[in-house]
Amino acid sequence: MADTTTSTVALEETKAIDTKVDCRNINVFYGAKQAIFDVSMAIPSRSVTAFIGPSGCGKSTFLRCINRMNDTIESARVEGEVIIDGEDVNSAAVDPVLLRSRVGMVFQKPNPFPKTIYDNIAYGPRIHGLARSRDDLDEIVQNSLMRAGLWEEVKERLAEPGTGLSGGQQQRLCIARAIAVSPEVILMDEPCSALDPIATAKIEELIDELRERFCIVIVTHSMQQAARVSQRTAFFHLGKLVEVGDTEHIFTNPTDNRTQDYITGRFG
Amino acid sequence: MKSMTSHIVSAFSEELETLSADILRMGGIAETMINDACRALVAGNVSLADETAHRDDIVDEMEADIERRILRLLALRQPMATDLRAVVSALKVSSELERIGDLSKNISKRVAPLDGSDVQGVLMSVDRMGRGVSHQLHLVLDAYSEADAELALKVWSGDEEIDQHYNSLFREVLTYMMQDPRMIGPGAHLMFIAKNLERIGDHCTNIAEIVHFQVTGTYLTSSARPKAPLLDG
Repeated sequence: MADTTTSTVALEETKAIDTKVDCRNINVFYGAKQAIFDVSMAIPSRSVTAFIGPSGCGKSTFLRCINRMNDTIESARVEGEVIIDGEDVNSAAVDPVLLRSRVGMVFQKPNPFPKTIYDNIAYGPRIHGLARSRDDLDEIVQNSLMRAGLWEEVKERLAEPGTGLSGGQQQRLCIARAIAVSPEVILMDEPCSALDPIATAKIEELIDELRERFCIVIVTHSMQQAARVSQRTAFFHLGKLVEVGDTEHIFTNPTDNRTQDYITGRFG
Repeated sequence: MKSMTSHIVSAFSEELETLSADILRMGGIAETMINDACRALVAGNVSLADETAHRDDIVDEMEADIERRILRLLALRQPMATDLRAVVSALKVSSELERIGDLSKNISKRVAPLDGSDVQGVLMSVDRMGRGVSHQLHLVLDAYSEADAELALKVWSGDEEIDQHYNSLFREVLTYMMQDPRMIGPGAHLMFIAKNLERIGDHCTNIAEIVHFQVTGTYLTSSARPKAPLLDG
């Protein structure tokens, strides 16, 4: 497929799906070096979209455009529009801090705050004024931990530090923290790469439950993981979106030869 | 099946290549079984028929071996996309070939009971049908080996001719049986032989569908296939 057609394909698909995040003609530069080339993609609500591709293909960079995390990198410059609910997140009127409460993020390494388990969850709702009383806050903390599948394991030790949990529990704590502020979109950048297979399975099960309420975008190096958790998959290569489509289609009968070569292990 | 560029893990490519080579070897044995069964039938050669029937054991063993290797490959390599389709196709094709082996064996086993009956005329028709069927198998194995979806499609549409052959053979045998009650015994055997060949033709169309899916990723629906109407009686 010629590169010029990819964006057209993605745009045509926006009509068919219930779009939550509509990325239009995204270009990203790190200084003089261009990292993302004219990528357009519609990301549907209430489903999991996986970004796959070799290291350095731009999938994380593209993910970070969605909640303006590239703002934090001084040399980075982003062009194009990321439309969430009719509003371009790059417009000057959008407060990045508020944006990130609507578009939460989970990172590769679990990064709980050096606080108690309770305060890890309560922090976001407190600063965003989501709880009117202590009871409200207790409820948010409990609900978030329950939805993250962690409540039963930590309900007796909420006052202990979050950093004392196992790696898998810490990652679920970070997911609980992300959902505590009721985001609409959750971005996950290789959330399981530091976890063992059992902890990974728990996160994957959690992702599958969360997709009923949230729009989830996950960057993963594991194609099996992309196949297991996502409904749609996008393949990036050299900063370009090569192909995006139903996960089943991408893994059984991809259209582009580059996708074919990558997922069958023939690359390079 | 014709391979594309190699995997980064070369052992994986090798496993896929040996797999398709073995499918072709198995198909070759099945094809010779059809030919030899028909040859033995026409010549009344019971020892060739026995020997042909025994070759079914080899085909059965090959199928079991291929299945075992495919299970291992699925578990250890987790093939994707074309590779996944190739592996699943190999599994399905091997079981179709195993059935072809069974049916050819069944034809061979009817050579002895037919020995001494005066059915030369019908045997010529059976032999012609047998050639048509083994040609179908030959072509579909070529399609498999060359990843040729168009050839697979040709085999798929070609089954109509086999069905017509079967219908006319059916009518011919029926006529013999009506003319002379002593022909009922041999006639029944000939009917089964014709039915076996017709079934082998069906297995060839199944393989054609599998090859088409493997190459293109899209399914042929058997309801769309041209078919000769089934004769009643």
